Amino acid sequence: MKAVLSRRAALFGGFCLCCLPKPGFSADSFAMEEVGPGIFMRRGPNADATPENDDAIANIGFVVGRDGVLVTESGGSLADGQWLRAEIVKRTSKPIRHVVITHVHPDHCFGAAAFMADKPNVIGHARLREALDARGDYYRQRLVDILGADKAGSVVYPTQEVKDGAEVDLGDRKLRFTAHATAHTSCDLSMVDSASGLLFTGDLLSVGRIPSLDGNLNGWLKEVEGLRASGATRAVPGHGPVSVDLAPGLDALSRYLTTLRDETRKAIAADVSIEKAVRTVAQSERGQWDLFDSYNGRNVTEAYKELEWE
Amino acid sequence: MKPALSLILSLGLSVAILAGPAVRGPVLAAGASDTDAERTARWQEIAKSVFGDRKIQPTDTLIQIDAPNRAMDAALVPITLTMPEKDKIKAVHFVIDDNPSPYAAHFTFGPAGDPSELKLRVRVNNYTNVHAVAETKDGGLYEAVKFVKASGGCSAPMGMSDEEAMKGMGDMRMKFSGEAQAGKPIEATLMIRHPNFSGMQMNQVTRDYTPARYINKLVVTAGDKVVFTMDGDISIASNPVINFGLVPEPGKPIKVAASDSQGGSWEHSFNAPSPSN
Repeated sequence: MKAVLSRRAALFGGFCLCCLPKPGFSADSFAMEEVGPGIFMRRGPNADATPENDDAIANIGFVVGRDGVLVTESGGSLADGQWLRAEIVKRTSKPIRHVVITHVHPDHCFGAAAFMADKPNVIGHARLREALDARGDYYRQRLVDILGADKAGSVVYPTQEVKDGAEVDLGDRKLRFTAHATAHTSCDLSMVDSASGLLFTGDLLSVGRIPSLDGNLNGWLKEVEGLRASGATRAVPGHGPVSVDLAPGLDALSRYLTTLRDETRKAIAADVSIEKAVRTVAQSERGQWDLFDSYNGRNVTEAYKELEWE
Repeated sequence: MKPALSLILSLGLSVAILAGPAVRGPVLAAGASDTDAERTARWQEIAKSVFGDRKIQPTDTLIQIDAPNRAMDAALVPITLTMPEKDKIKAVHFVIDDNPSPYAAHFTFGPAGDPSELKLRVRVNNYTNVHAVAETKDGGLYEAVKFVKASGGCSAPMGMSDEEAMKGMGDMRMKFSGEAQAGKPIEATLMIRHPNFSGMQMNQVTRDYTPARYINKLVVTAGDKVVFTMDGDISIASNPVINFGLVPEPGKPIKVAASDSQGGSWEHSFNAPSPSN
């Protein structure tokens, strides 16, 4: 994908080199895909939030069990969450019992507000609350500026905080949660469905869209190995196709993160400055990822900050 | 003024777009759409408050600024100042015009200093001109200017608890590069663990703004001679890293004394590379 710099991005974007306006692309045109028995997912495009896309850019969906529905990834805005809720009630009359927030990033958590009337159990990592405290209002303001106050949504806190692991029983299937050490972010939560064996990774796995480092690089590489050893073979990543083979997805991610780490370390050891490193590190990965030019330099900055103190 | 309409939302904090509520000083209207005249007026106002009525002349030779046109991370914008006629330079002032507290840093070079190149990392809160003013030993002031696109760098949450951000506060490292030869300058990189809280970042637990706490004084010496002293402010990025040149005194340590705006102070001593003859 070629990142075309829109005029607005050029004028106002600040950091957004990557608004890829997709004319005619609206939430309504998304399709839900049944990726396993009773598991419906919507694929998010590899774009960033724009007034046109309602920040509906992450993979979001739901799991239907005997006793109710579990929403996994709530959507990127109130509007996106409302869209998802409408898709749910089209398909089942079962109550929406749980909403999973896989981490603090706005494209994954601002849809939760659409489910408040259902009074769900909101499941998040034990460190999600502090991350929302730190950034929630800030993210919300940014969403309001892009989408308008009526579509943005509000900060929703977890009611069930997962410290290490947890389990939710939907009657005929169980969802097992793992709270990860700091990796993509400080509050990554993954989930395995007992009925299908599918692993829902959140943004611990991104397929096709460049991973964004906002936690800890060494930690993320460690968690990648943890996911590899989880026994799952199929996964639902946070971005990319809604159902993938786990191993190749992790291979690509780990190749990128390893390249990022090794070349950043090398740059630091050779006294290559941070401003040069953002232009030189991991360039071999450019052709492998959408939005590379928008995020790689930032990833290098994050990696450099972390690794220069090793 | 709303500088950003379309931006990276999926990413995370320091991509930081809109300035949060500013609690520090008056924030004059400034942003992507300011006219050149408005920017010039703003700079004149700052220059007057810092330098009084002293005349500042433009220069292409005494000082140059290298900074990204568009910052990758508004909370960590790398700046390089080059002063090729280093023997003429006494001090350098660095100003980020549209930051809430624009006067970011003031370096004064001592006899062991080598001002030919100086690098630092700063926060940038808005689309802004940055100015570097070189002060020559004969009292002249010479300015260079560069426009930088970035926003939200001062108010971007750090993404960790204050406690975590303060871990190891005052730890320092120094790296040297270049071959040490008696009387010749080498390049040094000083790294300091310090959150450099800007006073504009929200505390996660208390929902209050974390009070500003930043390194406001830094003195680097080589043996008995001063390399530089720096007066710093909230615009210096967290965990400050400064690259500079110095002329080591054979057999004598490089010492760094840092103090912050809340009374913290730290001293470290490093062994300078010895000349290889």
